Amino acid sequence: MVVTARTSLDAQKLRADFPIFEQEIHGKPLAYLDSAVTSQKPRQVLDAMRDFYETSNANVHRGVYTLSERATEAFEGARQKVADFVNAPDVREVIFTRQATEALNLVAYAWGLNNLGPGDLVVVTELEHHSNFVPWQYMAEKTGAGFRMLHVNEDGELDLSGLDEAARDGNVKVVAANLVSNALGTINPIEKLAAWAHAQGAIMVVDGAQAAPHHPVDVQALGCDFFALSAHKMCGPTGVGALWGRREILEAMEPFNLGGHMISKVRYESTTWGELPHKFEAGTSPIAEAVGLGAAIDYLNEVGIEAIEAHEQELAAVALERLGEIEGVTLYGPPADRRAGIVSFNVEGIHPHDVAQVLDSEGVAIRAGHHCCQPLMTRLAVAATNRASFYLYSVPEEIDRLVEGVQKTRKIFG
Amino acid sequence: MAEDLYREVILDHYKNPRGHGVMEDADAQAEGVNPLCGDEVSIYVQFADDGETLEEVKFSGRGCAISQASTSMLMEMVVGKTASEIAGLPKEALLEEVGIPLTPVRLKCALLGLGVLKVALHRAKGTPLPDEWAGLDELELT
Ligand SMILES: Cc1ncc(COP(=O)(O)O)c(C=O)c1O
Repeated sequence: MVVTARTSLDAQKLRADFPIFEQEIHGKPLAYLDSAVTSQKPRQVLDAMRDFYETSNANVHRGVYTLSERATEAFEGARQKVADFVNAPDVREVIFTRQATEALNLVAYAWGLNNLGPGDLVVVTELEHHSNFVPWQYMAEKTGAGFRMLHVNEDGELDLSGLDEAARDGNVKVVAANLVSNALGTINPIEKLAAWAHAQGAIMVVDGAQAAPHHPVDVQALGCDFFALSAHKMCGPTGVGALWGRREILEAMEPFNLGGHMISKVRYESTTWGELPHKFEAGTSPIAEAVGLGAAIDYLNEVGIEAIEAHEQELAAVALERLGEIEGVTLYGPPADRRAGIVSFNVEGIHPHDVAQVLDSEGVAIRAGHHCCQPLMTRLAVAATNRASFYLYSVPEEIDRLVEGVQKTRKIFG
Repeated sequence: MAEDLYREVILDHYKNPRGHGVMEDADAQAEGVNPLCGDEVSIYVQFADDGETLEEVKFSGRGCAISQASTSMLMEMVVGKTASEIAGLPKEALLEEVGIPLTPVRLKCALLGLGVLKVALHRAKGTPLPDEWAGLDELELT
């Protein structure tokens, strides 16, 4: 992992790297407060991808010609950047996927299908995004394993005292949790969950989609077995994500997608699989996108992940305080010092879609919905929430506009 | 902008929904959700003695102002009409009544109630259900 000492950043200055902010929405400057769903892209990433297409484009690992070598070098260079970014012990443990969702499905299918059965248990949390919930629910059903959910407390933090209860009537084989919750911003105690999972003989699968963009990641310190991320949430392009997995487990696993590139030998009678990571990368990979992810990681390292996290936490604290002062606003999730830059809230008597619609007319983009976390919404007894989420380019004036927009919504619906 | 969308009549229907409530022994009934934003609407119908004319309609549910107001407007539109008239009612008729510019996402909110009503009549009376509404009929609600 690249250690950066930087602890503060100049968001206003960084905004200049993001061409999207050069436009107006409904005649007002864009206040983009939905980075948890996807981040905006800096020029450095866009340029790296364009440059790849203009100077190095070829398929990787195939040609013997110069261009193909250049493309392979760029692609494998990006893999090394991902490995360093999450502190993977071995670059071959990093597999490129389409996004975090595909990375999690890879584990659910390629590991789950062959390792789960009746009497086994899969434990997920109430905070999971559907992409780390539904694949496990489905795989449990397919294999006859049991499916258990670890609940959250009033603050939206996991209640670890429920773990032993969840493990009561079976052998826990998988524990699946996110490091940062996209719905509430809760930062989950993965180290503790991983230790517990291993004590049960289970694997620990971490959905890092919401953590990687904002929070230093060290898979070895976390003690997990798998870690999934999406490039598009961390200043990179859509279409590429990555899975880190522990080598022994990956080596013992069956493949996920089958086809070109993932094989060692193909005969009419049978086929043998390629080495890591190729075994899990069937077909042509998103090459330029992986290069874009590499450039995004360079960008994040340059700004400093610690500085990004501190900046977002500061904004979240201000937003929580300011929104909390508005009559009729309910805030969800943990206190400011224990959460990432995500603020979920509701305005009494006004559906989130209506709040988001009024805010849009003010040029303020927030999320309104269930955030792909329906089990959590059920727990909170709401159909949906409003969610503002911050990133390295978010500035305090955007919170002012958010607050004004919410007040305006209350006036309209008065 | 926001003022166009949330014009007075929409807010009025949202705050004072017409025909709001639950019917215990409805002749036709259905419920639907808009999975994107979690709007929920249940519609209840009681027919007149001819078994065709909608004598009374009610709806319950929760959701955004657009979904709830448009369903409330729908209630006023359909009383006294026959099941087959409503099966043939084009969505434009309701949208005209709603009368605000809607993006594709919000269109789904505005048309939820009409879809649910069509499903209810389809189930009770076998009236035709055009493809665009078929998805609602397949939704399994718990
Ligand atoms: C916590 C979390 N997990 C998984 C995902 C899925 O990401 P993707 O759609 O890029 O696979 C998201 C995105 O919203 C997320 O926030």
